[in-house]
Amino acid sequence: MNMNSHWFIRFYHKMGSPKYFYDLSGRMMPYFAVIAVLCLSVGMVWGLAFAPQDYQQGNSFRIIYIHVPSASLAMSVYGLIAVCALVALVWKMKMADIIASSAAAIGAAFTFLGLATGAIWGKPTWGTWWVWDARLTSMLILLFLYMGLMAVRSSIRSPKIAAQTCHILALVGVVNLPIIKYSVNWWNTLHQPATFKLTEKPAMPAEMWIPLLIMVVGLYALFGFLLFLRARTEVLKREIKSQWIKEEVN
Amino acid sequence: MHRVRKKRLIVILSLLIGGIGAVALLLYALGTNLNHFFTPSEIVQGRVKEGQNIRVGGLVREGSVARDQKSLKVSFDITDNQSNVTIEYKGILPDLFREGQGIVVTGRYAGSANVIADEVLAKHDENYMPPEALEAIQKAGHPAPVN
Repeated sequence: MNMNSHWFIRFYHKMGSPKYFYDLSGRMMPYFAVIAVLCLSVGMVWGLAFAPQDYQQGNSFRIIYIHVPSASLAMSVYGLIAVCALVALVWKMKMADIIASSAAAIGAAFTFLGLATGAIWGKPTWGTWWVWDARLTSMLILLFLYMGLMAVRSSIRSPKIAAQTCHILALVGVVNLPIIKYSVNWWNTLHQPATFKLTEKPAMPAEMWIPLLIMVVGLYALFGFLLFLRARTEVLKREIKSQWIKEEVN
Repeated sequence: MHRVRKKRLIVILSLLIGGIGAVALLLYALGTNLNHFFTPSEIVQGRVKEGQNIRVGGLVREGSVARDQKSLKVSFDITDNQSNVTIEYKGILPDLFREGQGIVVTGRYAGSANVIADEVLAKHDENYMPPEALEAIQKAGHPAPVN
């Protein structure tokens, strides 16, 4: 196979160019915004008002429609940051660093949302806001990792050293992702195991999980929109002296 | 791939694998200490010393809940369908507490499979369904799903 002609390789090289990213993301953003607004409003109304109650938890189970997409995104965003960190360290790709630095704060926000909604649900269901079981603790560590990435980025004056330190931290922290995912299977935890598995039917009827799926799609689209927004600002900041930006602004 | 990049990739990947290996060994060494609770079988097997503060997790055994009429005292058994541990508790139980429900109890081990509880938490499982579905299951003569 001729490596240069493979579509992924070509896409990869193009994405390395801030100008190409700026153009492409600018064209994609309206679509992401529309998908996010549509899915989040439909999913929210469906999930909160029309989906049936749970036989045990009653209405309090509806927090799942925010909790699960947030927690899922919290982990996916970290995975994205880790991949970008690897690319930035090995291939010194500018865009990878921009994406990694733009995604950290959004990931932290979703992690916080996951932890907060979990606590609100835990109080009536378990009888406590918080326990130090493996799932909750590893998720809290994820929040600290995100905060570490943000702190390192803003506290080291040299952007190059700050970026490298962030990437190494991001890669070291990636070991936490399988721990979060499998904590509920490896150890006894108060948190229940996954309701959704790739290999099995969901342990939930369709009228409950379809709105959840819509919320997941909506929140991922929202993440894409926010990421593009932040990354484009970062591109403008870093490439301020380049010719194409002068043309873009004028 | 360019030689410098290849070298960087190898260094980073070996660091990553080393880090993951170290964490895996650490978790393996900690082993069951990371468990949030003991199962009744582990307690009956003598894994816990008398007077130790522990958590026990399992199902509330059917027909074992005995409430004191004049106070908030309640006693019940936790089972993992092999062994039972008797819990004594004084306080308000969570909404999800019922026979057959999975729960986690924090308390002091009083010896001979008895625990004096300070806190009773309900454990929710991964199954969700509407109340009508439960009725339909029961109407069809199947037992209620165990939580």
